[in-house]
Order: sequence, then structure tokens, then C-alpha cells
Amino acid sequence: MSNVLNIRDLRLRFRGYTGVTEVLHGISLNIRAGERVALVGESGSGKSVTARIVLGILQELGSAQIEGGLEFAGQDLNKLSRRQWHDLRGTEMSMIFQDPTSSLNPVFTIATQFTEVLRRRDARLPKLAARERAAELLNSVSIHDHDRVLNSYPFQLSGGMNQRVVIAMALANRPSLLIADEPGTALDVTVQAQTLKLMHDLVEEAGTAVLFISHNLGVVREFADRVYVIYRGRIVETGPTAAIFENPGHAYTRALMAAVPRITGGGIPEIDDVDTAFLDPIVTHDGGGL
Amino acid sequence: MTPILSLKNISKNFGTGANTVQAVRDVSFDVIPGECLAVVGESGSGKTTLANMILGVFGQSAGEILFDGQPLPDRRTLVHRKAIQLVQQNPLSSLNPKRSVGASVRLGLDVYGIGNKADRWSLVEHALEEVGLPADFRKRAPASLSGGQRQRVAIARALACQSQLVVLDEPTSSLDVLVQARVLRLLNDLRRDKGLSYVFITHDLSVVRNVADRVAVFKSGQLVECAPTREMFEAPKQAYTRQLIGAVPVVAPQELRLRDRLANKETL
Repeated sequence: MSNVLNIRDLRLRFRGYTGVTEVLHGISLNIRAGERVALVGESGSGKSVTARIVLGILQELGSAQIEGGLEFAGQDLNKLSRRQWHDLRGTEMSMIFQDPTSSLNPVFTIATQFTEVLRRRDARLPKLAARERAAELLNSVSIHDHDRVLNSYPFQLSGGMNQRVVIAMALANRPSLLIADEPGTALDVTVQAQTLKLMHDLVEEAGTAVLFISHNLGVVREFADRVYVIYRGRIVETGPTAAIFENPGHAYTRALMAAVPRITGGGIPEIDDVDTAFLDPIVTHDGGGL
Repeated sequence: MTPILSLKNISKNFGTGANTVQAVRDVSFDVIPGECLAVVGESGSGKTTLANMILGVFGQSAGEILFDGQPLPDRRTLVHRKAIQLVQQNPLSSLNPKRSVGASVRLGLDVYGIGNKADRWSLVEHALEEVGLPADFRKRAPASLSGGQRQRVAIARALACQSQLVVLDEPTSSLDVLVQARVLRLLNDLRRDKGLSYVFITHDLSVVRNVADRVAVFKSGQLVECAPTREMFEAPKQAYTRQLIGAVPVVAPQELRLRDRLANKETL
């Protein structure tokens, strides 16, 4: 199956007052059509900057120096003009952010924001048709009182409801790639479980590929087909989800797994402050995609 | 044994007339000395309102709070404020960015008059060492520390005041999993060594399973179930508790089996 996204040897440096800091040290990653791929790591490991590079957002920052191959659906992203990149966002690629309430604009109703999203694909879509389409999409995320929701402002809805709205918007234009950056982290555990299940079913049905960014290994295990583990700007392990969880090969992945508290008990493990084995070379399981 | 903290039929209302919101309704529980009682529930279940009443941020609308057998007044005395301390979720916003780490820890010592003026810096250094930070960190600014180090400072600040009861409001929610494990171990060790009692507020049931002695489950301001931790996870009595445990994302096969067992019980 062809790759929707192909990242080759991606490097990112930031120029600051104290010199140049390298944040990504050459990461390679691919996602096939319809595949759900997770990028998992701690804060500062480079997960979110990778997503922002794919979307072409970080390229707008003067202090960022980016090198490496970026291919999306067969086209070289590095050769795109700002306008072409802008056209891809919200149509072919879309993104779900961590906190649904703050990612929606508080001064516009859901209907207005939905119309804006739908007009990214079809600029002449009449308002009424956009509203009907939005109602259909809200139905697909199990929001049945769509009239009330469409007439509401984001702050009038619960976090779980806003998350569903954001999922519906992200999938409205049938993108081939969805980037989900810690979706549901800001939600309660029961609501998070429901929305992840919903997102899982919808992307499967639409055949959308997903780059799922998370620090929560439990959520990754339930959502992703394949996993990349990232540590300090380097991919340290990759493979199918089951292989990584059953047989983690890299010291860092093993430490991450061990540190997750279990609902079956067993106490909190002792974690060394610095472990040089975390910088060991990458471990690739069969089907890891490299 | 006299409970260190006793809540008797506590309620809290906000607003008046038709706009009254009952944030906490008729809640009673005890915390015995040396115990870690976890308070779990979803957003809006009344966990933080409860913490604020224990800390004396605002008074309760009805009921009584006893500390070490004595009723706590709505306006707390210095003695009570010293004995009951708080560690918050986000150490970056709970530490004053313009104060050095040492000055933040020392403030409590000055306010509560702990030790001689001359000794206080050494007490600050001792408190930092107890939480696993070097003594010379007292000169650093919070912004120069990592999230885990900042949370250690917040813990040192709470413990330097010779507190007996610590209210931990989601103390590890903003930390990465490796840092979380280190901070949780530290909290466990400090409780054991100093004989502290904790009210551990969290929505993370996996953490609760591994640190708490007893668990109190809240829903819409009401206490729906309170039981020893092991009993709560292996045989929860309330459907809501089973639902909460069933929604926890898990990593290990034995955890999946527990979740499936609870889910089957749910459908029976």
C-alpha cells in the first residue's frame, strides 16, 4: 500500500540568543493509507514539532531551520509554495488539538465555524447546505440535537461535546491524513474513552490515515496499529503496536512501560534518573515501517 | 485512633435562590493518621471544592470538619494553616516566578515562625535535600527547573512547615510518566518516614491503585463509594465505580483481564 506520509531524516534546529539547538536529530517515519500510527514520547521529545512541520506551520517561524525529506501523497512538501501548503491544510490534512474548547473560537457559533471548515473544500457552498452537511457530520459523532449544538458557542458545550465537534470538523472534508495531538488529554477518562472509540470507528470507515501523538501508552495501545517511540528528538523503537507492547526492545521503551502505574497494583517502580541505554540505537520490529 | 481529619455531613452551595449549585452534598469520611485517602471523580464532581473546604479557602454551607478531634473554624488560625498544607497540580503556576526556590520554601517558615531566623536557610536546604534536590537549588529560579524538579520544590515547601496533613490536588497530572513515577515514590517515602497523612485528589485511577490505602469515589458532589483500595478495584460495588475503572487506558494483559471482568459484571 502506498505511503500517505513519508518523513526522511528530518532535522530541526532553533536559532536562539545562545546559539543553535538541535531538537530533531534525523527522524524517519511513514504512514500508509488508512493506517493509524502513534508517535509516543515525553514532553520535549519532539512529537508536536514533527506534527507542526508536516502541517507547514513551523516553517513560518524565522528561527526554525528544517532539513529532510517530507512527502505527502506522492508530492514533495518542501517544494510547495505557502499558498499550496495553505490549500492542503483543512482539506487533505487536518489536525485535532489537545484541548477542544480552546481550539474552537469562542466568539463564533459552531455553525459558523463548521461553514468555514466546509468552505475550505468548496468555497461556494451555500450557508444552508453547509448547515445541513454539518448536521449530518454531527450525527456521525453521535450528536443528535444538532440544532442546539450548531447554534451554541463552544463555551456553552461540555468538553466532551466540543471534542466530538472538533472530530467531526477534522473529518468533514475527508482528509487523507489526520494529525491528532494528544486528543482527549484534557477530558475525563470516561469521555476520553468514548471519543477515542468514536474517532477510531470514523477514521476506519473513511479510510483516513492518522498520526496520533500521545504520551499516554494506554491510549496508544488501544488506538494505534503501529508505534514510533521518540526520545530526545530520536526515534528509538518502531513496530506494530502488539509487538512493542508485548516485547519492548529498547531500554527507554521498557522504562516507559514499567513506569505506567497498573490498575492491578504492584506499586510504583524505581526509575533511575539518567540511563545511558536510553541513547542506544533504534530497535525495529518486523512491520516497523523503516 | 482519633482521625486526623473528619468530615461530618459536609455540603457546599454556590449562588442563591434558583441559581444555587450544590457542589458538595452531605459528605462524611475520616482520614486516619498516616493514611493516604484518594478522592477520585470526574470534572465537576466536587473534588477541588472539597479540598478548598479542608484547606479553609472557603467555609462549608453545612456540616462540620474536625482536625485531630477538634472542630476547624471557618477562619483558620496559623496553627491549622501550618498543619494542613497543599500541593497543586501545576508547579509552574503554584511557584512565584519572581522568587528563588529557596525564598518560596522559606516563606512558610517565616509566616509560621518555624525555627530561628538564623537557622531558616539551613531548614530550607534540609527540606530540599529531603525531596531529592541539591541544597544549592535554593538560589535557582523556578523557570530554570524541569517540571519534576518544580513539583519536588512544591512538596518541599509543604513539608518544611512541619505539616501533618497534605492535600495533594492532582500532584502528578502535569508530569511525564517517568517523572510521575519518581514523584509518586518520593511521596510514598515521605509519608512513611514522616508519618504524614494525605488527601490525594486525582482522576487517574491507575495512580490511585498504587499509592492510596482507601478510595472515596465522588459523582456530582456526592460520595458514592468509599472502600479500601484493593477491595475497590477488585470488587467495586457501584456501577459508576466499575464504569470509571473500565474506562482506564491500560498497557498490560492482566489489566485487560481485570477490566473485562468488571465489564462483564456490568452487563450481567
